[in-house]
Amino acid sequence: MSLRTPLGRARGLGSAKEGVHHWWQQRLTAVAMVPLVFWFVVSIAANVGADYASMHAWLKNPLNASLLVLLLAAVFHHAQLGLQVVIEDYVHCHAVKTASIVAIKLLSIALGVFGVVSVLFVAIGG
Amino acid sequence: MAEFNLPANSRVTEGKTFKAPAGAKRVKKFKIYRYDPDSGQNPRVDTFEVDLDACGPMVLDALLKIKNEVDSTLTLRRSCREGICGSCSMNIDGTNTLACLKPIDDVKGDVKIYPLPHMPVIKDLVPDLTHVYAQYASIEPWMQADTPFPPSGERLQSPEDRAKLDGLWECILCFCCSTSCPSYWWNGDRYLGPAILLQAARWINDSRDEATGKRLDDLEDPFKLYRCHTIMNCTNTCPKGLNPAKAIADIKKKMIERVV
Repeated sequence: MSLRTPLGRARGLGSAKEGVHHWWQQRLTAVAMVPLVFWFVVSIAANVGADYASMHAWLKNPLNASLLVLLLAAVFHHAQLGLQVVIEDYVHCHAVKTASIVAIKLLSIALGVFGVVSVLFVAIGG
Repeated sequence: MAEFNLPANSRVTEGKTFKAPAGAKRVKKFKIYRYDPDSGQNPRVDTFEVDLDACGPMVLDALLKIKNEVDSTLTLRRSCREGICGSCSMNIDGTNTLACLKPIDDVKGDVKIYPLPHMPVIKDLVPDLTHVYAQYASIEPWMQADTPFPPSGERLQSPEDRAKLDGLWECILCFCCSTSCPSYWWNGDRYLGPAILLQAARWINDSRDEATGKRLDDLEDPFKLYRCHTIMNCTNTCPKGLNPAKAIADIKKKMIERVV
């Protein structure tokens, strides 16, 4: 039982003075993904049935490699922002919530970096 | 996690049935949620048969007829009976609305009446609104200005600026919107909900108020404001035809305006 006043409970820990950045980033990455995903789907569709050598050449093109890196960055950033919102909505145990958000942030960074490095390996390396 | 099952002591059971008087021609069944915490029993749904030929046109008329003539223990809030006080908000036929503005004829089949969803129930159709009222107080819903009161006796506002308050001032705080919002159900302890955010917008958009920045500061929070995911249940359910979702979008837009 708590004897705290209703107003004290409603105010809680006060405003975090944060949230605009998260909201804005989510919209920016969403907008960025519209042309990037369109380009990606069209490019892959145009290369259906192509052999290894021509796909390799496609990815060695600096424009294609850059766009693919941008797509990977946007996808993983957007996914991390979105999953964080889902967790904040539905997970109410503070410890589980914090652990899940940390796990998602680290996992997204790791997977994103792996994707980008893989693209660079092909584009620059071999 | 979000709770999808009611706790055992909250499960609703079948209640009593009260027959219409013999000879009634137009009989409508009202299935009404009953709960009395003092009894220690589970909530139940009682069925009341009402003769529509001897009853007013609105759901509130039927509820008061039942309370006056059949079961005086039926408990509900009501005052103005014309959609101005916001007291008789409840869930009728699956939608939150005001019993006084809801015509019985709009409901096909039996009329199912429950209290506002996901609020603690004090008795029958009376929810505990302590927390939403406290949330309302937390946004400081009064004029805040440092400029001394002008000698003319009133703070002036142009007709154009006054028009910005239309669609906001009409809110009667019945909380149909907040209690229809899934985000408010899951996180109502921290999320302010559509009713309170619409009220916040009412002060943010008031040209005479000088605390706009402070009001935005106080709202900028992942939970207080940003739990709104534009589900639009609030706008769908508002018995006054207001658009809380638009008011919240307007607050989010102002948050961006001062950053970009």
